Amino acid sequence: MLPVLTVLLAILALWYAGAVLMNAQWARDQAARAGVEIGVAEILRDTMSQERPVLPAPHQVAAEFGKTVFGTKVTSKRSLVWHGWVTLSATAVGFALGSAAGILLAIGIVHSRAMDLSVMPWAIASQTIPILAIAPMVIVVLSSMGVTGLLPKAIISAWLSFFPVVVGMVKGLRAPDAMQLDQLKTWGASKGQTFWKLRLPASMPYLFASLKVSVAASLVGAIVGELPAGATAGLGARLLSGSYYGQTVMIWAALFAAALLAAALVGLIAAIERVVLRRMGMAR
Amino acid sequence: MIWLWGSLALWAAATALNVALAGSSLARSRAVRLLIPALFGVTLLVLWEGVVRGLDVSPVILPPPSAIGARIAGDLPLLWTDFVQTILKGALPGYAIGCGAAVLTAILIDRSPFLQRGLLPVGNFVAALPVVGIAPILVMWFGFDWQSKAAVVVVMVFFPVLVNMVAGLAATDRMQRDLMATWSAGYWQSLVKLRLPAALPFLFNGLKIATTLALIGAIVAEFFGSPTRGMGFRISTAVGQLALDLVWAEIAVAALAGSAFYGLVALIERGLTFWHPSQRARV
Amino acid sequence: MTVIEARNVGLTFATNDGPVHALKDVNLSIGKGEFVSFIGPSGCGKTTFLRAIAALEHPTEGTLTVNGMSPDAARQARAYGYVFQAAGLYPWRTIAGNVRLPLEIMGFSKAEQAERVERVLALVDLEGFGKKFPWQLSGGMQQRASIARALAFDADILLMDEPFGALDEIVRDRLNEELLALWARTGKTIGFVTHSIPEAVYLSTKIVVMSPRPGRITDVIDSPLPRERPLEIRDTPEFIAIAHRVREGLRAGHGYEV
Repeated sequence: MLPVLTVLLAILALWYAGAVLMNAQWARDQAARAGVEIGVAEILRDTMSQERPVLPAPHQVAAEFGKTVFGTKVTSKRSLVWHGWVTLSATAVGFALGSAAGILLAIGIVHSRAMDLSVMPWAIASQTIPILAIAPMVIVVLSSMGVTGLLPKAIISAWLSFFPVVVGMVKGLRAPDAMQLDQLKTWGASKGQTFWKLRLPASMPYLFASLKVSVAASLVGAIVGELPAGATAGLGARLLSGSYYGQTVMIWAALFAAALLAAALVGLIAAIERVVLRRMGMAR
Repeated sequence: MIWLWGSLALWAAATALNVALAGSSLARSRAVRLLIPALFGVTLLVLWEGVVRGLDVSPVILPPPSAIGARIAGDLPLLWTDFVQTILKGALPGYAIGCGAAVLTAILIDRSPFLQRGLLPVGNFVAALPVVGIAPILVMWFGFDWQSKAAVVVVMVFFPVLVNMVAGLAATDRMQRDLMATWSAGYWQSLVKLRLPAALPFLFNGLKIATTLALIGAIVAEFFGSPTRGMGFRISTAVGQLALDLVWAEIAVAALAGSAFYGLVALIERGLTFWHPSQRARV
Repeated sequence: MTVIEARNVGLTFATNDGPVHALKDVNLSIGKGEFVSFIGPSGCGKTTFLRAIAALEHPTEGTLTVNGMSPDAARQARAYGYVFQAAGLYPWRTIAGNVRLPLEIMGFSKAEQAERVERVLALVDLEGFGKKFPWQLSGGMQQRASIARALAFDADILLMDEPFGALDEIVRDRLNEELLALWARTGKTIGFVTHSIPEAVYLSTKIVVMSPRPGRITDVIDSPLPRERPLEIRDTPEFIAIAHRVREGLRAGHGYEV
């Protein structure tokens, strides 16, 4: 714990220093315009509470975050909780769809040679393609077909979470070694029995590892899906409007909300992983 | 309708061929192993073309591959300008700086287990975050041009490469380190002759992941503001104009660039880590 | 001339479950040119003692000197070569490159490096394999390369920790013979840890029998066998008598525990 705390404290200290350094120019410009001399103490005070700082101070971000999370009604359009929920719902739906599809495809790949040879190279190659670039197009195309709201974002999230799950699950389903597979063969086990009794349990650690990656990817997908013009709801929309209107503190608060959401999602999967693996006796 | 049925028939025939090839002994040869996915990809394109033409899908929703191909051929200068802006000026410098900084940081904190225990959890956390979200902040600091995009890429690739490099530096076993001790080797000798070569497979794992991250970072960062060129810029404006064939053309270029970049790093990996079992195994 | 001297050496590890007495009251003198085997069950301290000589562990009691200096000083003076149970060759270097590694670290000139590499590869019968990579060689050949590496810088002492443990018996026999021939040619002082009674008796001039909990010496046997030993000597009554004595010593120290 102590090393992590030390690093976090160091980051906080550097952040404060950075805020002073980066906001000082604005403070000096304002003072020059008013024809007033400005001393170091004034600079220090001013840089900590500017309205549109170049780098908001940590307490400013914390204040904005506190205001929009706790100080605002959850149903209001100014509440970060509401925006977070919009993004989260798209993420969750997309993640569920993408992972389920990924697991099914992985099972197909492991059991069919034709699927393995034709699809797997594309699954691996697709990880080198910046799929996120498609996001604006998917949103616009679907909206012109009348599909708006959660579904287009969920589709992007699903697409992003799909491939890590396929690749990870295939690795996991293939994890049992030749010795174990031969053992089952000597007992006359069918492909289905081999799957349920050996392959599926053996794949759990790999599955969870890729679920953690893919839930983070789903979140990014939902956020980027909120960027195209016209989006007013969700953390991505908040980031965008903050950037359009120069509201830096709003940007940082939204960013923190997104970071917390990512941490919570990955943490949730990690917690489920611990419980499942312990019950299976595979806990390390 | 003939387009629709024709392409479906072709897809069925090609799939049957693939199944046959996969099940035969021919599947052992390298050529056939490349042919099967290639056939799969080509038939998908044919199916795409057939369905779009056959069902008369509006080009505003999904253009056929032939239209996209025409757009690519016709707009090469534009695509090239965007490629230079996003990939050559944004992604590549960011990748080089980010990966270089990560490797140096890993070596610097190598002598301090305290710092490692502090930085690694933080690093793992940051690597899972939606880092593209910092793009608007970096645009504010570095301006609209390629520098802010490179900055986004630096932040995106830094932590995954750092985590992998630290894992790599820890990968030598006790016996190897003891052997170095018996020769009274100094810290730097041990680092250069043993630990850095042993770390390369891990480092390249990170570097390959970072190629995709670099591309995504550069393109998505442009959604937040960009001079009037760049792949992300082109995609978002073309989407606004419903010029979807241009969007697909840009995506095709992005896909090619991504695969080529990844392939290049994989090639270098093969050269430098020829000795690792994963490179030697002939499946 | 005593090369390694241990007086009342003790080594206690502090662990979560309480102190572990890896070595206690170890008294031993090893003279120049001797071939000393350490044999005993797991946990008897034989590897710990070898590592203490190599300054990879440090005694908590008593004194241990190598060539008249502390083990750390001896290590810095490059007094010994160490051979581990696994060959531990770097897969990214050729065999010659691997043998050259300690020479590079110790600062020998390029010309000297080349000459020494050739010489020791010939000593272990690996001439012509310099350009190959470790994974292209069998387990026995890799271990021979590891021995060559330990000989490259002309240390007078060779410390070997169960070097042939991972090899099959036929290869092992061959390497035992080669090791004895090497010893005869180079006159080094060798400390050899093993699990195998025939191996210990066949190779050594002195056999140190150890037992666990706490790690200690139960018997030191000076071998009456001649220096020149063909493999057939293992069937002679003298050999069997010594092996018997070793076995008794092991059983006595071991008690009735399995």
